[in-house]
Amino acid sequence: MERILFGDNQFFAVNHISDEKSREQSIKFKDDEAIIKTLDHAIDAGINTFMCTTHDRIANICDYIRKYPEHYSAFKIYPCMPYAHKYANAVTELGIVGTLREYVPGNFFGSIFKGGIAYLSKDYLSIMELMIDAEMKMFTNIDTPIIFLQNVITDLLLGLGMKDIFKAFNNYIEKKYNAEAGYITMNMPKLQYVLEQAGIKNPIICTSINKAGFRMSGGKELYESVLKTKQIRTIAMQVLAGGAISPKEAIEYVCNLPNIESILFGASSMNHIKETVSLIQKYDIQNQHKLGYNNFIINTV
Amino acid sequence: MIKVCLIGAGKMGISHLSILGAHPDVQVVGVCDTSKIVLDVLKKYSAFPCYTDYQEMLEDAEPDAVFVSVPTKYHAGIVKQILEKGKHVFAEKPLCLTADEGEKIVELASRRGVINQVGYHNKFIGTFREAKRILDSGELGEIFHFSGESYGPVVVKRKQDNWRADPAEGGGCLMDYASHVIDLINYILGPITKVKGSILKSFYSNKVEDSVFSLLELSSKVTGVLSVNWSDETYRKMSTSLTITGSKGKIICDANELKVHLKTSSNAGYTKGWNVKYVTDLTPPVDFYLRGEEYSAQVDYFIKAIQHKVPNNINTFKSAWYTDKVISFIKESVN
Repeated sequence: MERILFGDNQFFAVNHISDEKSREQSIKFKDDEAIIKTLDHAIDAGINTFMCTTHDRIANICDYIRKYPEHYSAFKIYPCMPYAHKYANAVTELGIVGTLREYVPGNFFGSIFKGGIAYLSKDYLSIMELMIDAEMKMFTNIDTPIIFLQNVITDLLLGLGMKDIFKAFNNYIEKKYNAEAGYITMNMPKLQYVLEQAGIKNPIICTSINKAGFRMSGGKELYESVLKTKQIRTIAMQVLAGGAISPKEAIEYVCNLPNIESILFGASSMNHIKETVSLIQKYDIQNQHKLGYNNFIINTV
Repeated sequence: MIKVCLIGAGKMGISHLSILGAHPDVQVVGVCDTSKIVLDVLKKYSAFPCYTDYQEMLEDAEPDAVFVSVPTKYHAGIVKQILEKGKHVFAEKPLCLTADEGEKIVELASRRGVINQVGYHNKFIGTFREAKRILDSGELGEIFHFSGESYGPVVVKRKQDNWRADPAEGGGCLMDYASHVIDLINYILGPITKVKGSILKSFYSNKVEDSVFSLLELSSKVTGVLSVNWSDETYRKMSTSLTITGSKGKIICDANELKVHLKTSSNAGYTKGWNVKYVTDLTPPVDFYLRGEEYSAQVDYFIKAIQHKVPNNINTFKSAWYTDKVISFIKESVN
């Protein structure tokens, strides 16, 4: 994983602290060109990985990327599925079974209803696989080395204790897409434990990590201790805690934590992108110097 | 450990179930649903005991408390049976289809002395709680006007096929969506005692209204506006807000952000002019997060009330029943 990953919340009006800002973003990124322009700013700032939900509009972005292969030759996407609101709104309207009927592709569901529940019961994981395939369709011929399960689903399954589904997701992503599975969560310590129980070694976990302790369920200290003692590949997200802390303080905190492989952030303007990237680089370099200095002492002693 | 059963594993039920499953003081002793698929998945992949008949579950699993998240039309009957067995109840909102139905279970819950709570989760959001604190402190002065609004993308096309589209089952924007705002106004500003007129309009639905617009009056005689529309696709998800204007200041509050404008600085940390606070500053962290702190916080509060750690005073059946009553005022005020 690259050190810095670019997120997509700003493109889809996801703002955790202000509905007004969320509408502004919605207006700003109405056209796909605005999204592409911002992605290009991120690429210019040295970020080559875009982590995004399987929102319908991402399909257009993927078309564009395929159209200009030279420009995006080093570009990777980490898809995060499913785009939860699509399903949440559908469940409100159609119910759980109705939603499955609407979104599971092909005649699969029709044949199940004909075949009855007994036939279906063996095949829940096949339904999951079909739904993954449907979400992955838009990324054909695009490099997607890691594929994530969105936090609403991860955390729902976590609370329900459905660890076999985590394992099934992991296996299918490896087998079908030759990629690694990742998990987004707001409950990192609990998830780490459950993934370990499920036999998923050194999992990729993307989770809220910030100095304010915002959306770090179970507490910041618990997160810090898991980072120190467990084997996980962590992506820190919501590092700015929705704007609750200054960028400098926020980035310094995250860069000084052990075991954070990548930092995910989203921004709407070129200046914000540059500012965040240079802050991460600044603290990383400082830490390398510190590390180098320590090594030097150890070596000479 | 508090032994809990859940009846109805639909959208809200499955979310409660996950939160309950992660709660350190809770043991889920039974889940009941009528959908074979949902139950089959739970049987196969979770460790929760599953039932198709809730009465059998209540006998067999011997829970201390029961979560009821079935369509509203079944609330009164099911909740009554649970209360008669002396169990604590958490019911989804709205409480009942009519205020008359609700009155009976409010009375029964009180007679049996059990903990009772309803899922109006906005009261567990830090921004709304702070808005109430400011209002209670009198810092806005005399209240001139308020508006309670909620918009979201539930029904955005002419096609619907579930209980939310059926008025007989508790469907419609008034019961499903506007109830949240009504409940919040009752809580933050004081009880709505009169509805001076309402427009209930359908945009896409055949049998139910997709929007509710009402003129409200509180027991304090303060008046305001209710504006709710669940067919607004410019919103990504449900967005509820309150604007309150007074002689000394104004509050604009939603689930993310609290904006307070004061004419002079206050003792409570707000200064003259605009003050902005975010949910990040105002919402206490939870031990398990799913979809929003408020969902876990309300479940935790219910469990703590059973453990006698907190009083049973937020979202009681009685307060939810009063919201049902205002819903009936609104229905009566059309035309």
